Amino acid sequence: MRQRLAALRGAAWRASRLPLLSTALAMAVAAVIVVASTLFAGNGFQPLLPVFAYLNLFAGAFGSGTAIVNTLVVAAPLMLGGLAVGLGFKAGLFNIGVAGQFLCGAFAAAVVGAALADAPAFVAVTAALVAGALAGAALAFIPGILKARTGAHEVVTTIMLNNAAALLLAWAVGDLVRAPGFSFARTGEIGNAALPVLLGRNLHLGIPIAVAAIFLIRWLLERTTLGFEIRSVGANPHAARYAGMRPVYLVTLTMTLSGLLAGVAGAIQLLGVIGFYASGISASVGFDSIAVALLGRSDPIGILFSALLFGAFRAGAPLMQINTDVPIEVIDIIQALIILFLAADLIVKRVFRLRDRGHAIEGLDTVTRSWGDQVAR
Amino acid sequence: MDGLLAIPRLLADLGAYLLLVMPDLLPIVLALATPLALGALCGVINERSGVVNIGIEGIMLTAAFTAYLTGFALHETLGSGPALALGIVVAIATGCAVGLLHAWLCVSVRADQVIAGTIINIAAFGVTGYLNRLVITPSGRGGAGVIPALSLPESVTTLPLIGPILAMFFEQGPIAMSVLFLVIGLQVLLFRSRWGLRTRAVGEHPRAADTVGIDVLGLRYRNVVAGCALAGLAGAYLTLESTGSFQNGMTGGRGFIALAAVIFGRYTPIGSFGGALLFGAITALGIVVNVRPPDGDLGALMKSIPSFWYAALPYLVTIVILAGVVGRSRPPAADGIPYVKEGRA
Repeated sequence: MRQRLAALRGAAWRASRLPLLSTALAMAVAAVIVVASTLFAGNGFQPLLPVFAYLNLFAGAFGSGTAIVNTLVVAAPLMLGGLAVGLGFKAGLFNIGVAGQFLCGAFAAAVVGAALADAPAFVAVTAALVAGALAGAALAFIPGILKARTGAHEVVTTIMLNNAAALLLAWAVGDLVRAPGFSFARTGEIGNAALPVLLGRNLHLGIPIAVAAIFLIRWLLERTTLGFEIRSVGANPHAARYAGMRPVYLVTLTMTLSGLLAGVAGAIQLLGVIGFYASGISASVGFDSIAVALLGRSDPIGILFSALLFGAFRAGAPLMQINTDVPIEVIDIIQALIILFLAADLIVKRVFRLRDRGHAIEGLDTVTRSWGDQVAR
Repeated sequence: MDGLLAIPRLLADLGAYLLLVMPDLLPIVLALATPLALGALCGVINERSGVVNIGIEGIMLTAAFTAYLTGFALHETLGSGPALALGIVVAIATGCAVGLLHAWLCVSVRADQVIAGTIINIAAFGVTGYLNRLVITPSGRGGAGVIPALSLPESVTTLPLIGPILAMFFEQGPIAMSVLFLVIGLQVLLFRSRWGLRTRAVGEHPRAADTVGIDVLGLRYRNVVAGCALAGLAGAYLTLESTGSFQNGMTGGRGFIALAAVIFGRYTPIGSFGGALLFGAITALGIVVNVRPPDGDLGALMKSIPSFWYAALPYLVTIVILAGVVGRSRPPAADGIPYVKEGRA
């Protein structure tokens, strides 16, 4: 028993040390950037600023019960978004369109939620969530089928759809479903469709939904034929084709599932936090999700933890900016640095003198390979 | 039935309208196409030598910021002219620096190239937003303005036929003008020079290129850096020649549209310039319709389309074109595959 526990601990350490060390290194480098930038800002040289900034970041994320709940609330859509990107990675697809799918999910949930505002809560919440999921799936189906049928690369098509979706939704909320009685274009009150609060001020139902999705996708990928086929297509589409799988179908389906998860992320954010759709609601979940999936190495459990980490970053950042004047954007810098160190794990291994080789990031080398490659039919 | 019969007439009206607004449309098209074309040239040089670069967006954004910052910091001491010139130099240098990072990640570290580009994009958004909030926003001061266009003497602009064309060309400002020369120059270099032959060899079959003594890794490094210098120039165009100001995330997907232009143009400089012009034309149409709508039924129809649809049109057309054309546009065979010298795995 003790041996097995030790083995498990060893495995956990091997799987998590590179992400952990990358995060530590990224925060260290970001600290240097913060110190260096005090030279240019008004208040003079402040060598200890990053310490105060990180202390405030931590306090904002974990300092009180409310802060912890807030971290969980921010982490929930990141879990779903991270799963969306990670699931794509497993099939060799890079879904940068989570931002657009998130917006579509939020919009559909807002419209259906407002329409069913007076219906029984169970009906209203379920219908709004399903609408959000389907809207996200529908938007992701387009790049999926285009990739599968014509080879149009999903990196470009999903980014284009992000921009187009944001503009068309701005039009829709202004011209189609604008609620009367507000000074700006927004959807109506969602009433009973708001996610029930389970604990504290705003620990809403979306958080258990996100955690359930983590285990559902884990089960899908590791215990089902479909999951095996998705991973096979990602590892080698030609071999998968040769083994009788249908890459065209699998690529489309994976992309659609990925969009479905992103749509749910938008729906829970809208029904649990924002409450109405207006153009300009933040879709930063989209790009954070990429970092979450990469840090979690596309593994659902890894994504759970990295979403919590980024949730903490995002939840704590406002307090840091208020108390220390360090701009929130430092979180984006940390994020980019984490991915940089993960992608160039050479650096981390040199800094921390890790010896064993052959522990390259799995599931990523297929993404670029698909750039020039048509899907095997 | 009535509606169906009206379609040919509406199309004829549209043609007449486009001819009518052409003099107004063309300068806008060129202005909108310039950053796309420069970004696309970056993509062509990178991908022809076998390196996928989706970080063009981030390079443009970073260079746009550093160019603006240079003008912002120096225009009071140096005067706006030298500050702007220096801003362009800094933008190109920024492009080279970020390009060096990309080349290091893709060529030396052999990291995933799409991820490497994503790193650049996220970092660019973070770093520029961070510094913008820290340095520029609190100061409340403006930048160095925009590069003034060259004005030709009246004796030239009043020449029949070529006069207005020359005037329009020179009104574009130096960066936009340089695009035409860069496109033609690169087209010739890529297909008629030793560098071009080697670049294409390295992108198609690096092993063969290596066998005949071409330094594959060195050439990829040089080409990635050179290409990214052009993306940097595109950034300088945005802040120093086009708008004169910097906003967070102001590139707005141009780097990705540039990539689509590369694929549309079948990985050739002239073809991708054509792609950039096409996207510029679609965007310009939405602008011109607002300013000077056509008369009659066509005007009613075009005005009934909400402006958000015009704004979304370039993105939707990009998708349609990618889906339609990509099957016939073949990327270089070794695009996106890191090269490992034999016996050095």
